Order: sequence, then C-alpha cells, then structure tokens
Amino acid sequence: MIRTSPFHERTSAANETGLWTHWVGYLSAAKYQTSEKFEYFAIRNSAGLFDSSPLFKYRIHGPDAESFLSGVLARDIRTCPTGHGQYTIWCDDRGFVVEDGVVFRNAADDYLLTSAEPNFAYFADLAGGHDVEIEDVSERYGVLAVQGPASRTILAGLAPAVEKLPYFGLTTAKLGGLPVTISRTGYTGDLGYEIWVASDDAVALWDTVVEASRGRGVIPFGLTALSMARIEAGLLLLDVDFQSSRFAWTDAHRSTPIELGLGWMFKDLAASDRTFLGREAIAREIADKTSRWKLTGLVLDWREYDRHFDAAGLIPPKDHTPIEEEYYIYDDDLKQLGYATSLMYSPMLQRHIALARVPLSLTAPGSRVKLELAVSHKYEYFDAHVTRLPLYNPDRRTA
Amino acid sequence: MPNTTTPKAAPPTRSSKTSSDRTYDAIVIGGGHNGLVNGAYLAKSGLRTLILERRNVVGGAAITEELRPGFWFTSFSYALSLLRPDIIQDLELTKHGFMPLLMPSTFAPMENGDYLLMGQDRGENIQEIARHSKHDADAYDAFEHDILKVLRIIKPLLDQVPPDIFSNDPEELIALAALGRRFRDLEPKVLHDAVRLLTGSAADFLDDYFESDILKGWLASASIIGTKVGPYSQGSGLVLLYHMLGEHDGVFGTWAFHKKGNGGFTQVLARAAQAFGAEILLESPVANVITKNGRATGVALADGSEYHADVVVSAVDPRRTFLELVDPLELPTDLVDSIRRFRFQGTSSKVNFALDGLPKYPALGDRGDQYRGFTNIGPTMEYIEHAFDDAKYGWYSKRPYLDCAIQSTIDPDMAPPGKHVMSCFVQYTPYKLRESDWDTERENMADNVQAVLESHFPGFGDLVLQREIRTPLDIERIVGLSEGNIFAGEFLAPQMFFFRPAPGWSQYRTPIDGYYQCGSGTHPGGCVMGAPGKLAAGQILKDRSKVKS
Repeated sequence: MIRTSPFHERTSAANETGLWTHWVGYLSAAKYQTSEKFEYFAIRNSAGLFDSSPLFKYRIHGPDAESFLSGVLARDIRTCPTGHGQYTIWCDDRGFVVEDGVVFRNAADDYLLTSAEPNFAYFADLAGGHDVEIEDVSERYGVLAVQGPASRTILAGLAPAVEKLPYFGLTTAKLGGLPVTISRTGYTGDLGYEIWVASDDAVALWDTVVEASRGRGVIPFGLTALSMARIEAGLLLLDVDFQSSRFAWTDAHRSTPIELGLGWMFKDLAASDRTFLGREAIAREIADKTSRWKLTGLVLDWREYDRHFDAAGLIPPKDHTPIEEEYYIYDDDLKQLGYATSLMYSPMLQRHIALARVPLSLTAPGSRVKLELAVSHKYEYFDAHVTRLPLYNPDRRTA
Repeated sequence: MPNTTTPKAAPPTRSSKTSSDRTYDAIVIGGGHNGLVNGAYLAKSGLRTLILERRNVVGGAAITEELRPGFWFTSFSYALSLLRPDIIQDLELTKHGFMPLLMPSTFAPMENGDYLLMGQDRGENIQEIARHSKHDADAYDAFEHDILKVLRIIKPLLDQVPPDIFSNDPEELIALAALGRRFRDLEPKVLHDAVRLLTGSAADFLDDYFESDILKGWLASASIIGTKVGPYSQGSGLVLLYHMLGEHDGVFGTWAFHKKGNGGFTQVLARAAQAFGAEILLESPVANVITKNGRATGVALADGSEYHADVVVSAVDPRRTFLELVDPLELPTDLVDSIRRFRFQGTSSKVNFALDGLPKYPALGDRGDQYRGFTNIGPTMEYIEHAFDDAKYGWYSKRPYLDCAIQSTIDPDMAPPGKHVMSCFVQYTPYKLRESDWDTERENMADNVQAVLESHFPGFGDLVLQREIRTPLDIERIVGLSEGNIFAGEFLAPQMFFFRPAPGWSQYRTPIDGYYQCGSGTHPGGCVMGAPGKLAAGQILKDRSKVKS
C-alpha cells in the first residue's frame, strides 16, 4: 500500500489533476493543476509550496558525531557552523560518489542528514568505534518547502528570524504557534526555505503558511515543476544525472565528485589534514587529472533548433517538460563525445538546456558540440555549446 | 505624477550635454518598443546611438504605471506574444529580466450565465467544448491543425523585409522568387486557407468548422482586436491570422503576460539597449528632422536644441514620420498621397480597474482560477458584429466587446495582496464620433463597459476602487499614435507587407537619405513584435556597409 505524507490531507485536496507519482513509497503530486508551467512560474515569480517529506532523514548525534561525519562525508563538516547546513556528498574509498544530501548542524554533537534513498545501513556500518548514534527520523517530520522570491516576505511575516536567515542558515521558530525548524534551503535554485515540522503538526503548518500567503499567488507545485527548476539551477538528481557507486554495475556507471562538477568542495584539500572516505582517490584524481569527463551545462543553438524542425515541415516544439534520459553528444564528425542526462526547454532562459557529460577538452564555456535528437523519426544533430552551471542563478538565491 | 517602471539609473539630462556630445552615429526618434529594439540593435553593432523619448518614460504604448499605491496599470498595451524570438536572443533579454509569464486559461462568459473555459489540457478542452457542441469537439482539433499549417507558412514573413516588387534589382527579384516558391510549394488547401484568411472574413472561416456560438465568438474576437472590422467583414481573417501567430514558447495562439506588464518588458528592452551602449533621453520631444541636400543630418527638439547623426530613425507612426517630422515638400507626391490615405481610424479603448477583490461569476461560485488569462466578453459573432454596427455609424458600442485580464492573478506584484488590477480592452470606440467628442463621452463609454461587466459579474461595481479610461483620443494625446490606432495604422490588406506604409517604401528607408522608419506603421505592423525595429536596423546596417565599401 502506497504511503502518504503528513501533508496528504491538504495536498490531496489541492491536487486537481489526480496525477501522482510514487517517491520512495510515498504518493507525491506530479502536478496539482493542468499547467505545471504555471506552477513553475510561481517558483520564479511569487512562491510555490512543495511537500519534501518523503526525503530520508537521519539524526546523527553523540560525542563523536562531528569526527564521524568528517570522516564519511566528502565535504568538510567542520566548516559548517552550528545553525547551518551544507550540501554534501559521500564517496566510497575509490573516490566515487555514493549519494548527496544536505546536512544540518543543530548542535556541536547533533546533526540531521537528508538523502534521496535509504542510507541507514551504509552509515551504521561505517560507525565502527565512534561514539555516535544514528537514528532514522524520516517519519518524524514533515518538510514543507516554500520556494520563490516572495518566500522570505511571507515567512518573515510569521517568524521575523527568517528575514536575516543566511543561505543554508537554520533557525528554530514558531509558525502559528507550531514549533518548527526553518532552513534556507531548497532544490529550485531560487530564494527559498524548508520548514521542518513534527508530522502531527504538518496539516496545521500547511494551513498557517497558506493563510499567510493568501493573495500572493502562492500555489503548491509538483515534481515536474520542481525538476524544471532544478535543471535550470544545475542541481543533480540521483539516478538521473548520476548513480550511486554502491549499486553501480561498472565504473562506467560511477561518477567522481570532480566529474560531477563538485570539485569546489575540495578547494582546500591540500592544506587539510582531514581523512575521509575517498580522500586519497580524489586527491590523486585532482593531481593526475584523471577525470574521465565533466558534467556541465549545455545550451542548444535556438536558431538551428528551429531550422531542423522547419526543414522537416514541423513547428519546432519548445516543451518545458524535463526529459530525464540520456541523449548523446557528438563532435562534427559524429564521433560520440558524451551524453546529456537532463534536457528541457527553459522558459526563463528561452532556450533548450541540458545537463551533460562532456570530455575534459570541451569544458570551456562556449565549446561546441552536437546533440542528437530525433526529428520526424530520424536522428539529427543539433548545435549546442557548453556553459557553466547553474544555468539560471538569480542574485536573490543567496542574497 | 504616477510612478512608472523607470530604469534605476537615471538617464542623463539634455542640459548636461555640450554640442560635441550631441553628435551620434544614429538617432532614434521615439522610445516605444520598436525604437528601443532598433536602438539596441544599432548600439550592439557598434553605432553610437541616441534614443529620444518625448515622455518621462520609455515604452510608448507599452508602459505600466502605478496609478494608485501598490496598483500597477497597463494603461494601454497589455499582453505579449508576437515578440520575435530572435530579438529575445540577439538582445540577450533574459539577462535583463525578460520574463513572459504563462496565462494558463481563457475564460469566455456567456449571456445566459454559462461559459467556455479553456485551459492547458487538451482533453479537458475537448470536454469543455463538447459541453457546448459534440460536433465542435473534434472540429476544434481540425481547425487548429488547418490553421497551424497556414501559420507555419506565414510566420517567416514576420521576420523578413518585404521584397520590393517595384524594383528590378536582382536581389529583390530573387527574394520575390523565394517568396513565390514558398507559397507554390504548399498543399493547395493550405494555400487556399491562407488566401481565405488573408482576404476573407473570420466568420466565413469559422462557420466552416463550428456550430457553437460561444466557441465562434471566442475565436472571432481575435479577428477584430485593434481594427475597425467586425467578424463578418472581409479583412477580419487577416486580423485573426495575426493574432493566432502569437506564440508563447513555441505554442501558437497563446499569450503571455510579461512580469510587471508590457511596461516591465519595455524596461527590459531599455536595459538591454543601455547595456549595448545606447543612450536614452527622456522628455525630449523631437520637433523635426534636420535635412541638408536631401539627406538627414540630425534632429531638432521642441526646445530648439539639436542633435546630429548621419542616421535618423523614426519609430513613430507613418503620418508623423512623413507629414510632421519632415517637410512633405521634400517627398515624392505619390508617397505623401499614400500616407494621407493611410487608414488609422483607431477604434479601441482601455478601461482599467483597481479592484478590491476578484469578481464573482455565479456559475463558478467562489472559483477564481478562471481569471488566470483573458476573460473574453464577446459571446457570439453576432454580439461582436452588433458592437461593430455602432462604430460604423460613428458611435461607441452600447454593449462593447471586452478583452479583460486580471493581471494580478498572473503577477501578484501588480497589486497589494488580495487586491487586483484588471485591464479591459474595449471595442468599438471610433476615434471620430458623430456630433460629439471623446472629452464629452469618455465617462459614458466607460459606464457602458462597466454595465457589461456588471451584467456578467453581479456586484462588480462594488469592487471598483479606481477606474482609468483611455479613449482613442487619449492614446493619440499621450502615446502619440495618430487617431489612437494601436497598430500605428490599420491591419488591412492594402496596408500590409509590400504596401506598409506605402507602395515602394516598405523597406524601412525613406526618400531622404539617412532617414529611416522603424515603427509599427512599417512591416509587419503593430502588436509588441519588435520586428519593424529589428528589420529596420538590418537595413540601416546594410546601407552603412555599402557606403563603407
């Protein structure tokens, strides 16, 4: 039997489409109304509500919690002050990425880690002699993401601490009398927050936020709109843009953090004495430049795009619906160079964009490649150029 | 003075200019959207470009004004869809805040209290149409399919300079042949449909497909917008075709609402133009173009100050371009005659409202999602034609056709939370009234509009916090569009393509060397397309490269 999130009483009433997907065993709305694009624009122009509750959540606490996480997470948790969070990854000893998530430091010895897939056994097995306790608290909290330019004003009206909450900051607050934790995080690449609430209080929290948002064009959004926003923001999705090293069959299905464009996590690696899983391999990869490819942004040449379809007697489709499948990339001689993993037409950028793996020789912005797409049942090769991620990055996201 | 969406960086004032500062490579007269597009392209190509705007805000008819604290009105132009995609890309508008918000639905109330509500889901739309006519459900698909085929063929014409059919220049003959070939290659039905639309009436075309009055009324409304025709008039097909050519992210026939309205859009354009180096001077009305030995050398402002450039571009309408900014005696008589005959005859008004809440439509109870797009009050083709009948005889419609949009439902920043702004495009309101004038009739006209709204949305009047009225005379006085024609000249076949604005002068040049035209009075015409501005810039740059070589 499929499970429902703590917000289900409200999300089910709001879902006018009856379209749901299953997200790690939970019902999750694909879209709430017939236009997912309208939901997407709420994220970019006002604010949208997203039920992130199905995320796995682990509380990791105890005297050795910091040293434990410092050893298993690839990004240095010691640089994350109390009351903050970090986007992070964990790697295997060969320097391949297992998964990514966000870790929050609630106290010097108390952390909360999110992940898309279950990781309890993985972390428990690594705990060894550390004096640390790992608890799966996934069902204890509902998580309501409020994402978009109006999110700060709306939430600060309920909890003034939100006004000054920094990017990836964390605060406890009372919203409509309900005790919550608010983090300035999200998966949309926009200004946004996530509210962590006891599951029993979830429906009351939803009502509080909806009431405070009234008249501001705030609507719930589903997974399709979320995916549109995350591709523009260059945020990776497990099992789409990378696979877990734990469950990959061959190294061709594994990725290193450097290959995924997360090398910025290791800027100070040489100066650091921290040992962590994958360190040696990562250091070696950086030193020997042995990365096989790099994940980057791609932008399709719009004029060429139109020309291909026009020549075939068709109207060029500009569909914003994300395609989270592999599309192959070639050079001018049609030798395969790599592949795209997420592709969409971006309403904000007015171009087709993709997240793609390209050879190291083509990572410079502006490098030309060709993307293979079918037109009238035949493959054609569309001009595209490499661009930095994120593709869309408004100042307000971090300001 | 109302707030406007003025650029943050205040443009320099005229008084700060020395005479050497007053020489440019190109001067654009008029900071409407085409003037801005033109100036941006010229600046991008390296020309030192000055854009002169008469008012205290750029945008022309595409402005957004805060007429009441927190309430932003799109006083004139109110939606976006025909903007050429290459302008978005070439001028890098997304870097400057370009944001075309989707309008996900269209609502067409009926006089009997029922309605047609079309959305983004094809299946839902089929069922909604079937509620009115089982026949029309799949007929709608057939209509869309047929019209898309025509649109695909017509669309490239928006992006090209019309070939000069009076020229023996081989380049022009080749362009003409290419145009002919594009049409000759068509399936006969597509070509025939295209001709029927370009020359015939919308009613004839729609009657071929549909039986439902509300569906036909809704579709036919696009055949009259801004034009002094009714849906039964020959020529309304062309207007229908133009409006169907509008697109949002590649979907024909859909419209977007730009963030902060079309004033928000023209501010994006202004920022782009400035980023390429164009200068914009506000409150700088041009009195005339300075000419010397048959060529333009600059402009004189109303205050007597002069600016000099080898290229002077008029972004204002053909009447002003040819009959006011230059001495008609400097022009060929047949051109002057053509421009004098060019039909303006503005026939549209705006009545905009600040509202205390969303109107109630009784059949939909407390719902409000029907307002996330246009609300179209033209329930039958006959209703619209009757509204036109009044205008034929010099009066405004007793029961006008209305194209309304509660824009704050799309962009909540247009009004305080829970409050709304509503734009109502009104037709028909002819520029010339028989035995009266617009200063006398403006409130009466707006009362007619409000009466129609009240009859559909009981209690509407109680919601009204403020009413803004813009008659054709206001459009002429404030924006400068002759006779208040929103397209800077009627969309009638004899005034299009090769003939816009006059035979032989459809390629953005004028008989005066260095003097160009780039307003909506040139091909492909009005709506916030930007194509005239872009195509004119192409011609200017081509001419300059010829001079250099």
